[in-house]
Amino acid sequence: MAEKRGNVWIFIEQEGGKIANVSLELVCKGRELANRLGVKTEALLLGNGVADATETVIHHGCDKVFLVEDEALEPFTVLPYAKSIVDLVKKHKPNILLFGATNKGRELGPRVASELLCGLTADCTDLKIDDFDDKINKKSYKDKLMQIRPAFGGNIIATIVNTWEDPQIVTVRPGVMKLAPPDKSRKGEVEKVAPEITDTEKVVKVIERIRKEKDVDLQASQIIVAGGYGVGSKDNFKLIEGLAKAIGGDVGASRAAVDAGWISHDHQVGQTGVTVRPKLYIACGISGSIQHRAGMSESGKIIAINTDPEAPIFSCAHYGIVGDLNEVIPKMIKAFKAKV
Amino acid sequence: MGYTILVFVKQVPDTQNITGEAMKPDGTVNRAALPAIFNPEDLNALELGLQLKERFGAKLIVGTMGPPNAAEVLRESLYRGADSTILLTDRAFAGADTLATSYALSKCAEKIGNFDLILCGRQAIDGDTAQVGPQLAEKLALPQIAYVEDVESLSKKKIRARRSIEGGYEVVEGPLPCLLTVVEANEPRPANAKNIMRRKKSMTRSELRKAHADANYTDAEMLVDEEEKLKAKGLWIEELSAADVGAEESRIGLKGSPTKVKQIESVVLRGADFKRIDPSEDGINALMHELIEDHTLG
Ligand SMILES: Cc1cc2nc3c(=O)[nH]c(=O)nc-3n(C[C@H](O)[C@H](O)[C@H](O)COP(=O)(O)OP(=O)(O)OC[C@H]3O[C@@H](n4cnc5c(N)ncnc54)[C@H](O)[C@@H]3O)c2cc1C
Repeated sequence: MAEKRGNVWIFIEQEGGKIANVSLELVCKGRELANRLGVKTEALLLGNGVADATETVIHHGCDKVFLVEDEALEPFTVLPYAKSIVDLVKKHKPNILLFGATNKGRELGPRVASELLCGLTADCTDLKIDDFDDKINKKSYKDKLMQIRPAFGGNIIATIVNTWEDPQIVTVRPGVMKLAPPDKSRKGEVEKVAPEITDTEKVVKVIERIRKEKDVDLQASQIIVAGGYGVGSKDNFKLIEGLAKAIGGDVGASRAAVDAGWISHDHQVGQTGVTVRPKLYIACGISGSIQHRAGMSESGKIIAINTDPEAPIFSCAHYGIVGDLNEVIPKMIKAFKAKV
Repeated sequence: MGYTILVFVKQVPDTQNITGEAMKPDGTVNRAALPAIFNPEDLNALELGLQLKERFGAKLIVGTMGPPNAAEVLRESLYRGADSTILLTDRAFAGADTLATSYALSKCAEKIGNFDLILCGRQAIDGDTAQVGPQLAEKLALPQIAYVEDVESLSKKKIRARRSIEGGYEVVEGPLPCLLTVVEANEPRPANAKNIMRRKKSMTRSELRKAHADANYTDAEMLVDEEEKLKAKGLWIEELSAADVGAEESRIGLKGSPTKVKQIESVVLRGADFKRIDPSEDGINALMHELIEDHTLG
C-alpha cells in the first residue's frame, strides 16, 4: 500500500504581526493544490506574540496553523527560523512546502532545503500538479508539483520537478497567485509548538533595524498608470501622476525611470520590482523589455502609449496608441472628465 | 596575521539576448552558444573582498566551479587584486542544480580550510535563484548574512555588516567564520593594468598541457619544471577535480541534483486581441468611453 501523502504547507511571513500579502496568496494556491491532491492545507506561523494572525490565515483557507512562538524568532534571523521549520518538517513530513520569494523567503528556503537534502525551485510564477516521466532515468512519478518559473533573464519558461524525497519546496513570486477574499466563517485548528532553538542558532544578532512602509502598494492597485524613460524628465512625471489621479489609479514606473531618479523604487514594476495584475495598466513611454513585461503582462487590460510603432510593449497590449504621451495623456484626462 | 577570505564566483552566459536554441534537449544550458561573462553580483562580492583586504589585511582566494574555460573569470579576479585562485572542474560536476553545486563548493572550501569569511554574490543572472550562498553556508554549518551592502567592522571573532531588508536595512553582528552574500551596493573596480601585465600568463594545469601539446613539446620533465616556475611567480591557477576535493559521486552533477527540468519553452508574446487607437481626440474619446462602459474605469 502506498504511503499516506503529506499535506501542503505554507510558510507565513509576518512583520510586526502583519502577514505579507504573498503568504495569503500562497494559502489560496496551496488550498487549490491540496484539494487536487486530497490532502490538508497547513500553515507555519513563526514569531513572538503573533497568535492574532492565525485567524486571517484560517479565513484564507488553511485547515491548521502551527503557531511557533519564541523570543529568538523576533526580529527575524535566518538560523532560528530554519531550525524550527526543519524540525517540524522532519516530524510531520509535508508533501509540499511553499515560501514567498521575498528577501526572507529567499534566504530561508535554501537553508531549509539544503539541510533536508530537498530540491528547491526559486521564484516560481505558476504551480500545478501533474505526472512526470523522467526519460533519462526511466522513472515515472505520479502527482508531482510542477514548478514553473522564468529562467535565463526571463527568456525561457522552465517546468521543474523535484524527484527526491518530499517535501517539494519552492519560493513563489509575490503578486502572481490570485488572492481570494477571506471566508470569515471558516474554522481551523491552531497547534502551538515550542521550538527547540539553541545558542548555535542565536549567533547572529540584529543591532539596528531601519524600515519604512512602502510609498505605494502597487500589488493592491486596480488601476496603474506607469511611466518610462519616454516621459523625459522628473518634472514631466507630473503628467503620469495627473492621469493616475484623474482616473483613480496609482503610479508605476519602469526601471529606466527609477534609475533616472524620477520616482522611487517602490513604484518599479517588473522582474526586479513588483509583479502586478491590476484591472487596467497604462504604459506610457515604456518600451516593454522582457523584464518589464514580466511584472505586468497578466494585467486585465493593457494600454500602451508609445511614439515607436515597433515598441515591444504593443505585443502584450490590448490597446495601442502610437503617439506622443505629452499629447495623448492630456486628451485622456479631458475625455475621462467629460464622461464622468 | 590577516584574514583569509574565500570568494566564490561564477562565469555565466550573458542572458540579455538569447533564444531557446541555447538549450539542450535535456533542459540544461548550452553555454557554448552564448558569450560568457563574470556574473555581475560576484564582482560586487569580489570588490567587497578587496576592500576588506585593504581595510583589515587579508589573503583573498577566489574559487569557481565550471568548465575549463571558467579559468577566465579567475584571471579577471587576479587582475583586480585577488591573491590566488582555484578552478573546480570535472565532467562529473555537469548538470548540477543548486544543491549539488553548493555541496561541491563546500568540499572545495573544506579542502582550502582555515578561512574566516566566504563571500558570494547574491545571485547569478543565468538562474536568478540566490540559493547557492545560503545552501553553501548550511553545508558548512556556518551562519549566513544575506544581502550584504557593506561591512562595518571586522575583528578576529566578529563581523558587523549592513544588509538590505524589505523596505530598509539592518545592521547585524555574527561570529567568524561566516558566509556573506553580497548585493549590488558597491562599484566594482576595473582590472588593474599592472596586474594584467604581471598575471596575464596565469594558467591552469590543463592550459599548460594544452600549450605544450600545441607546441608539440613532449618532455614531461619540462612540464613539471614550468609548473614550478609558474607557481613561484604566482601565476598558477590551482585546478581541482571532484576526487581532489573528496566529493562523493552520488552528490554531484546530475546525479546529485534533486530537481529535474521537465520542459523548457521560449517565451512567446501573447497575441492579445489588439486594438489600435488613433491618437486623435475622437480616437481617445472612444477608448475612454469603452473603458467606462465595460466598468474598467469609473
Ligand atoms: C536583470 C535585469 C532586471 C531588470 N528589471 C527590470 C524591472 O524590474 N523593471 C523594468 O521596467 N525594467 C527592468 N530592467 C530593465 C529593462 O531591461 C529595460 O532597460 C527598462 O525596462 C527600460 O525602461 P523603459 O521602457 O522606460 O525605457 P526605454 O527602453 O528607453 O524606452 C522608452 C520608450 O519610450 C518611448 N518614448 C520616447 N518618447 C516618447 C514620447 N514622447 N511619447 C511616447 N513614447 C515615447 C520610446 O519609443 C521607447 O519605447 C531590468 C534589466 C535587467 C538586466
